[in-house]
Order: sequence, then C-alpha cells, then structure tokens
Amino acid sequence: MATHYTKTAKSLHWLMAVLLFGLLALGFYMQDLPLSPEKLKLYSWHKWAGVTAFLLVLARLGWRVTHVPPALPATMPKLMQLAAHAGHLALYGLMLAIPLSGWLMSSAKGFQTVWFGVLPIPDLLDKNKEVGDLLQTVHQGLNLLFVATLAAHIGAALKHHFIDKDDILTRMLPQPAKEI
Amino acid sequence: MQRFALATAFSLLTLAAASAQAVEYSQVQADKSAIHFTYKQMGVAVDGKFKKFASVLSFDPAKPTAAKATFDVDLGSVDTGAAEGDQEVAGKAWFNTKAFPSARFVSGTVKPLGGNKYEVAGQLSIKGKTQDVVVPATFTPNGNSGVFDGSFTIRRADFSIGEGSWAKFDIVANDVVIKFRITAASK
Repeated sequence: MATHYTKTAKSLHWLMAVLLFGLLALGFYMQDLPLSPEKLKLYSWHKWAGVTAFLLVLARLGWRVTHVPPALPATMPKLMQLAAHAGHLALYGLMLAIPLSGWLMSSAKGFQTVWFGVLPIPDLLDKNKEVGDLLQTVHQGLNLLFVATLAAHIGAALKHHFIDKDDILTRMLPQPAKEI
Repeated sequence: MQRFALATAFSLLTLAAASAQAVEYSQVQADKSAIHFTYKQMGVAVDGKFKKFASVLSFDPAKPTAAKATFDVDLGSVDTGAAEGDQEVAGKAWFNTKAFPSARFVSGTVKPLGGNKYEVAGQLSIKGKTQDVVVPATFTPNGNSGVFDGSFTIRRADFSIGEGSWAKFDIVANDVVIKFRITAASK
C-alpha cells in the first residue's frame, strides 16, 4: 500500500495551491480597484490563470481516476473519514465550478476569455446584464465557500500533523531522498 | 410556394421600380436604428453601443448625390457593457461629456458605387476635434422604409479619446470600428 502520493499528484497539488491562492488574492483585490488600464490587465491575467487552473484540475481528476490515493489512517473514526472524503469532493467540485462560473460570467458580461490573448474560449452565453450580474454573485459566493473549505482543509491537515501525529500531511510533502 | 415567392418578388420589384422615382427616405425610426462600436481590449474584441442619437436624413435612391445626413450622438448614452466603464468613458480622459455632450457627423459628398453601395464622405466631430471620414454604406429598401448599414474605423487618439493613463494602446487599442444600422421611412 502506497504511503505517499505520487510525484505527479504532489506536483499538481502544490502547483495548484500556489496558483489558487494567487487567483483568490488577485480576485478579491482587483474587484474593488477603480477602473484603470492596470485593472483591465489584472482581470485578463486572472482569467488566463483561471483557465489554467481549470485545465490543471482536469489533469488532477485524470490522475485521481487512474490511481488509488493512500488510504486514510485506520485510527480515524468512520465519521471523520466520511467528512474527509466529503471535503475533498467539495474541493474538487469548487475547483471545477469556480472557473466555469467565471468563464460564463465573462461571456454574459460581453468580455470574451482569450487564453493568454491567443486562444479564444467560446462564449457559451449571449451578452446579458442580468445573467452577468447573477453569475458574478455566483462566482463570488462559490469563492467564499472555497475559502471556507480551504480553511477546513488546511486546518485538518495541521491537526493531523500536530495533534493526531499521523502521516496525512507528510504524505503530500516531498519525500526525503534517503527514504526513497 | 415557389410561384407565390416569385410573384411576391416580382411585385416587390415593380414596387421598388415604381417607387425609385422620387421616394425620399427621411423619417428615421429610432427603435429600428442602432449605433454600435467594437474595439480591442488586450487583443479581445469588445462591443458597446450608444443608446441615444438624433438624426436628420434625406435620401432618394434616384438622386443619391443629393443625399444629406446629420447625426448627433449622445455620448452620455454610451453602453460599454459595464457600469464602471460607462462612468469612466463619460469622464475627462475619454469623452468629457460635461464639456462635449455629443458627437456629430455631417455628410458631404455621396458617391454611388453601383448596386446598393454608396460612399459617404463627411466630417466627424468628437470632443472638439473634427476629422474627415469616409463611410461606406449600403441601402436596402424594405417596404416603405429602407435600411442603411455600414461601418467605418476611427482612431480614438485622433479625437483624444482616452488620455492620460489610457493613452497607450496596449490595453485599449487605438482603432474603434463604428457600426450603424439606420432605418428610415419615406414620407
């Protein structure tokens, strides 16, 4: 039984961790800026990074369905195990739903997403102010939910490491060379 | 069905031929007319429109060179697709609508290009600056009204639209395509 995630899984996890924290920070920061060329640039970057995050989460799901992740410690109560699985399901769901809502919001607001200014992502929705405003609320709401879920995710990892003293956190960390 | 279509086409043709004599299209129908614009924002095309404009128009297909058109576009009626965008472009750096509330186009010579195509030379004034523009347009009669369609490109810098931090074209491009569809009824 594997006790560690694979290198691919770890790389994707930490790459996305950095990217998603950047996206969240940028997203919350840029929305209150007064309109300026800088703001438009930040919005474009946010959208490009969002598309990238969406592709990365698809890669992670690809890994997930072709690999069996290390099992949860047997010492964990059933209810806690269930909560852990539900939490991960929520993270994956949100990592898919958030970029999708952002893309649809951009479509409805009439600002097409063109990945790195090169690859146009088709507009699935026609320009419509009401739909655009609604999707903006959805995008914000999902992100607040994501922040809460992330806080639980990080809190749980730290609790496992420092209180339960199990391998939940370390199995997602780079393995020291001597152990391999 | 086919015969009916043919008959309809024929009667429309004769109607058009008969009316080509001296029909002047001059009653602009605001609800069937629109002025849109398209520009590139970091390489991505973005559309907007002006919701209000007034126009005086006279066009007789039999005497196209005598045609005249004047448009006054209410710049405050701009719809950029975002409320903060509408507010921004009304400001000093863009249209400065307080000092220059409207843009004006006045036609000069009209050149028939054959078929239903025309070329309208004219002067466009925005924000205190006037430029000569050439506007290609088509005219499509439709019952007792007719539709003018066309588009032309202006450079926003020619009119000082987008000054200061917006003056560079890396975020908002210089070229702005103006697209219009004007429906006018005959008297």
